[in-house]
Amino acid sequence: MIRFEQVSKRFGAKVVLREIDYEIHRGETFVIVGTSGVGKSVSLRHMIRLLTPDSGRVWVGDDCVSEASGKQLERILGRFGVLFQGAALLQWLNVEDNVCLPLRQTMNLPDEEVRARATEKLALVGLEGVGDKMPADISGGMRKRVGLARAIVTQPEIILYDEPTSGLDPVISRQIDLLIDSLRKQLQVTSVVVTHDLYSALSIGTRVAMLHDGQFAVCASPEEFVASEHPVVRDFLQAQGIAHLDDVRKAFGK
Amino acid sequence: MITREPQIFDEPTNVFQTAGRRLILACQGTGRALMMLLGAAVQTPFMFSRKNRQDVSQQLYQVGIKSLGVVSVVALFTGMILALQVGLELRRYGQETNIGMLVCISMLREMGPFMTGLVIAASVGSAIAAQMGTMTVGEEIAALDVMSINPLRYLMMPRLVALAIMMPLLTVYTNLLGILGGAMVGASQLGISWEAYFDNAFRYAENKDLYVGLFKAFLFGLIIVTVACYQGFTASEGAVGVGRATRRTVIVSFLLILIVGYFVTRLFYQ
Ligand SMILES: Nc1ncnc2c1ncn2[C@@H]1O[C@H](COP(=O)(O)OP(=O)(O)OP(=O)(O)O)[C@@H](O)[C@H]1O
Ligand SMILES: [Mg+2]
Repeated sequence: MIRFEQVSKRFGAKVVLREIDYEIHRGETFVIVGTSGVGKSVSLRHMIRLLTPDSGRVWVGDDCVSEASGKQLERILGRFGVLFQGAALLQWLNVEDNVCLPLRQTMNLPDEEVRARATEKLALVGLEGVGDKMPADISGGMRKRVGLARAIVTQPEIILYDEPTSGLDPVISRQIDLLIDSLRKQLQVTSVVVTHDLYSALSIGTRVAMLHDGQFAVCASPEEFVASEHPVVRDFLQAQGIAHLDDVRKAFGK
Repeated sequence: MITREPQIFDEPTNVFQTAGRRLILACQGTGRALMMLLGAAVQTPFMFSRKNRQDVSQQLYQVGIKSLGVVSVVALFTGMILALQVGLELRRYGQETNIGMLVCISMLREMGPFMTGLVIAASVGSAIAAQMGTMTVGEEIAALDVMSINPLRYLMMPRLVALAIMMPLLTVYTNLLGILGGAMVGASQLGISWEAYFDNAFRYAENKDLYVGLFKAFLFGLIIVTVACYQGFTASEGAVGVGRATRRTVIVSFLLILIVGYFVTRLFYQ
């Protein structure tokens, strides 16, 4: 579905991605973890053409997103829903209008249907009854969830989540994890999730990849990831107190 | 897409490299800004569409009504200063009755569009740059791009329409208030009756003076919105970048208003 082909990217002297090469399959939940500043967001931004590789190519289906333009690019981007790290809501629109925005501006639907869909998505992320609040008047975690509702309101086939649960309380985090998982199970949505939270990574991911020094140190199923001997992965696991996948399952009561 | 890759350069090694790079970047910037103007201009037919009309009317209100206060004060005092300065000088030759004509013509041709342009660049232009800049560094513009909502249509076009319409209208208002201010000074300081002043004012002024002034105002509107949106859409580096975009917007539009104003005058009055 999404394929990185020998992608390299550097900013000035800082090398962020080094000939990275991987494929994300349809219907997969691919989780990218890694320390702050290793280039997780940069990887995501390559998939939606906000960045282009210095060398190599990024493919979405049969289209090369890193070389597309015009209508082709618009068609590729139409397949994506994106939750940005900072939610990226428009400050002068209220919560409901923010969620309605992509529907109103890119589709010709009757207004009742637009509102109905927005209300439905807001309920999915646990935000009933805040539709008329302004983004400045709600908490950071709530903004994040509004951004999530906006990302899924167009019913995209691929959804990118940049830290969907950072800044959320554990209960809501769990609810978002379940939402991501149910989107995959019910609608075969392909998801790419960037997160620091290994508990959620290991419970929702079909594959988990650890980005380190411009490359994936490990890219494996949750079972193999937990068993990995790679020192960076071990550090990461230890820091969050995970020795075995059962720890994660127990935490989520699976 | 409006969102562009960040440009990162090595440290320049000598002054020539620095100067050359500045020049190239300035040319690139001018080209991109003009392309943005063009990109927003071709979207103007959508100003009445269901998707955009609300934003357009909101911007018309923002630019037109919200600026009236400052514009009024500036206009009135511009006319008063003109009348006082010129009037005191002319009185030495017993010609003070002619201040009507002088105030009227200089307001219509130059001072009306010029003062309106400066006020709007400083208030509306800087506000547009700050807003667009904040949206750029907050990834909101990127989000619009990814949702296939063209920022040139959704954000720039309504502002372009608002400034292109409101600048000439505000200039008419500035002209009227300026001439009125001149009359007030004439009556109170120079002993010229209201009738004599207005009679003198409108006897010599031509339609051409008004039209050239309004044409200038229209151009100034385009300049302000283009500079502001360009600076906003290319802002980087957080709050500092937004501040820089705002400052540059005010400076660059002031300079362009002066320079373009001069050349338009030269074009029409030779
Ligand atoms: N526009 C840019 N200009 C210069 N450098 C950049 C730019 N964007 C990212 N970088 C660099 O790329 C590196 C990776 O950034 P990125 O945002 O992908 O980190 P991240 O892994 O998402 O971290 P976090 O978990 O904190 O969000 C950073 O070290 C940053 O310095
Ligand atoms: Mg990030």
